Amino acid sequence: MKALKSIFVLAIVAVTVAFTTKAKDAYQIGDKVDNFTLKNIDGKMVSLNDYKDQQGVIVVFTCNHCPYSKMYEDRIIALDKKYKSKGYPVVAINPNDPAVSQGDDFDSMKERAKSKGFTFPYLFDDGQKVFPKFGATRTPHVFILKNEKKNFVLSYIGAIDDNARDASSANELYVENAVDDLLAGKSPRKTETKAIGCSIKVAK
Amino acid sequence: MKIKIIPLILLTVGLVFSCKKETKKESNVNSEKKEITKDSITTEKKYGDLKVLNFEELKPYLTKEDNKTHVVNFWATWCKPCVEELPAFEKIHRENKANNVEVLLVSLDFPNEIESHLIPFIKNNGLEPEVIMLDDPDQNKWINGVDKSWSGAIPATIIYNKNKRTFFERSFTYDELTQELQQFIN
Repeated sequence: MKALKSIFVLAIVAVTVAFTTKAKDAYQIGDKVDNFTLKNIDGKMVSLNDYKDQQGVIVVFTCNHCPYSKMYEDRIIALDKKYKSKGYPVVAINPNDPAVSQGDDFDSMKERAKSKGFTFPYLFDDGQKVFPKFGATRTPHVFILKNEKKNFVLSYIGAIDDNARDASSANELYVENAVDDLLAGKSPRKTETKAIGCSIKVAK
Repeated sequence: MKIKIIPLILLTVGLVFSCKKETKKESNVNSEKKEITKDSITTEKKYGDLKVLNFEELKPYLTKEDNKTHVVNFWATWCKPCVEELPAFEKIHRENKANNVEVLLVSLDFPNEIESHLIPFIKNNGLEPEVIMLDDPDQNKWINGVDKSWSGAIPATIIYNKNKRTFFERSFTYDELTQELQQFIN
């Protein structure tokens, strides 16, 4: 009985440690982000390090199937159009495992990007190694990286704006505000925001 | 007979009231649409007894101080893992009535899909637990209001009673849910 009890306690400790380290491992605001290399829909590999001549990068975890992702597609394209020339291009990443998320496979990504006219890379997090490092949990989930002397520093985590359903009714354009602040040499007025989204689908 | 009429009047008043509230929120969208919804109780009637609330109105459902254990699940018909775990919530609802357990399903469906998606889903699946729809665009505010640790991904669930409260940003199987619930009803 005693042995059983200690096994139980150990199990709880193990689980707790596993969860805490997981949360701690994810980048926090101000952390330096490691390089990643993922396959783009054109078949070519894209690395974060390819953007070292930029001011920064707007990383958007998004996907094909999620209605919230769909609602924001046009706004993600608009962000890229507005900020690419200013040195903050968009890099979109699909974090879902297509085996458990219907419609999020590589071929569907290509089709979606073509039909919507994506102006930015749409990368596939094959093996799901990248999104956990960012601590991404949902789609869409935005991470703004600022290039500080060739190091990418996480400067904003969260939503694109405060009204998913209706872009014209949005009062706060979180991502635009954050990038504008960064371009002006300031810290973003808001560094973390929240929004409803689809959970990232992981193989069971 | 008179007694029967009173709740009917209350219901009608309630419907008109909630209808007005909804149009208020969309005030600058379309004034023509506003006129239609305002006048026609018939549109509202199709919602049956489905409540459409903003977060302030939903809050009392998340903070009841009665003798029950409350299981509040945030879901939507467009969310596949949410729909997959619904039977587990229905089952614990059915099985734990004697344990004073009450399940509430808070839908995050889109307001323009209430009639096309949500109502038919509730009917077709014969959902037994109460369904309330949360319609509040300022998600950055109310997500933290539900729980500070919530990122906003659904499904998400709160289990609470007078003494204890736990928030889960995850999917549940029936066994997992039962296991968590045991900690509240024992």
